[in-house]
Amino acid sequence: MIPASFEYEVATSAQHALALLAEHGEDAKLLAGGHSLLPMMKVRLAQPAVLIDIARVPELSGIRVDGDEIVIGATTRHADLASSEVLAAEVPILAYAAAQVGDPQIRHRGTIGGSVAHADPSADLPMTLLALGATIEITGPAGTRAVGVDDFFTGPFESVLQPDEILSAIRVPRHRDDKAGAGQTWGYQKFVRRANDWAIVGVAACDGRVALASMGGTPLRAHATEDALRSGASIQEAAQLAAVGTSPGADFHADADFREHLARVLTRRALEGRTG
Amino acid sequence: MTEVKLTVNGVARSDEVEPRLLLVHYLRETLGLRAANVGCDTTSCGACTVLLDGESVKSCTVLAVQANGRAVTTAEGVVNADGTLGVVQQAFREEHGLQCGFCTPGMVMAVTGLLAENPRPTEQEVREGLEGNFCRCTGYHNIVRAALNAAARLQGAVPSGTVPSNTEVSA
Ligand SMILES: Cc1cc2nc3c(=O)[nH]c(=O)nc-3n(C[C@H](O)[C@H](O)[C@H](O)COP(=O)(O)OP(=O)(O)OC[C@H]3O[C@@H](n4cnc5c(N)ncnc54)[C@H](O)[C@@H]3O)c2cc1C
Ligand code: FES
Ligand code: FES
Repeated sequence: MIPASFEYEVATSAQHALALLAEHGEDAKLLAGGHSLLPMMKVRLAQPAVLIDIARVPELSGIRVDGDEIVIGATTRHADLASSEVLAAEVPILAYAAAQVGDPQIRHRGTIGGSVAHADPSADLPMTLLALGATIEITGPAGTRAVGVDDFFTGPFESVLQPDEILSAIRVPRHRDDKAGAGQTWGYQKFVRRANDWAIVGVAACDGRVALASMGGTPLRAHATEDALRSGASIQEAAQLAAVGTSPGADFHADADFREHLARVLTRRALEGRTG
Repeated sequence: MTEVKLTVNGVARSDEVEPRLLLVHYLRETLGLRAANVGCDTTSCGACTVLLDGESVKSCTVLAVQANGRAVTTAEGVVNADGTLGVVQQAFREEHGLQCGFCTPGMVMAVTGLLAENPRPTEQEVREGLEGNFCRCTGYHNIVRAALNAAARLQGAVPSGTVPSNTEVSA
């Protein structure tokens, strides 16, 4: 399958990308790793007239420490997150989650910004950033705004990002070892039936925040579980509440009841600090 | 049309291409390099795997224009200068790591990329490293043996031809 014809522009800076977006309007789409967009273009689910390649903009890529936060450029690839020493030391759940995306070839192309902008409710990184309480930095014609991840996703494949804006970076709170030497407390569970697939249900738990993938139209917080933990419930009891307030769909992998069951079991495992 | 300048298997190329041309079609049709196969065309099977600046990618999901200025390596490019099989290819042959051979060029490139990133992988790391490559024939065990064989040879641990082909690999 070959995508429909389009014009190809290479952005040399974030400002240049914004100018190209302004010039071409809603007919244009940003191209990062292309690992969500190109498959959609091949099957004509997307048919942009212009692609603006932002993968070569140096300022949009890389991982750096900024005070109490780690700043991750939008075009940083999954493979770079998975092998980052800073993340391994301070936000290990994010490095681990990145290593669960697809397969090595996909991780060599796909980017964190593309994954978040794509807003797939079954994706690994959006769920993980929700568990981390990340901030999404968005740059538009009027400057840069910061949106808390809890307010970013608005529906399946929908977010607060506007067509004239770029997701420029993601800010994650640092988890430096405290005096007791305890780093981040986290667990990660992704239930799949096939290699290199999206989660049938996924759970990311980090320092008392619990996020779910494939349990509704957006990645979701398991608020009832979090509240129960705060009021002293056991992990077992709190995990029983993981599906409260969710609205999972049904497909050939799983019906809604099975997804709710998975959410409870996987939440318990994630809260126990297990990965898998 | 857009101009692309890149090196393919060490040779500098320059071509006018349509932006929508996929890298795999550029390699196969424009350059006549037919090693990379199109299997699924949906980023799943890995038959189209090539190296882009030394890293494995699925060339059915990369535009030729995205490879502009970069180095592409295909299975044709890992053959030795004298025309004999490269180390990874030789390991596949020795371990019977192929049957129909359709997945093999992609497997060879995925293994080449994996060993560049992790020269001494464990068996488990090989299996995870090849998660993006499907084989409908072999059942994978001999492919895993081939990857471990190639790793040992590249480490200089074993001279060519001396890795026993019944190397223990767990099911
Ligand atoms: C076979 C396969 C298996 C996969 N498995 C998984 C999996 O297990 N888990 C998982 O989480 N993901 C999976 N993915 C998706 C993968 O993670 C993608 O790389 C990711 O979703 C998109 O990132 P990208 O950089 O490729 O974005 P692109 O495809 O380039 O872009 C995606 C969308 O985001 C927009 N966009 C990109 N960057 C920006 C930006 N900086 N600002 C604003 N908009 C932007 C684009 O315009 C487009 O609409 C899989 C993909 C494939 C093909
Ligand atoms: S043809 Fe590219 S992954 Fe199958
Ligand atoms: S040898 Fe036939 S698909 Fe692998």
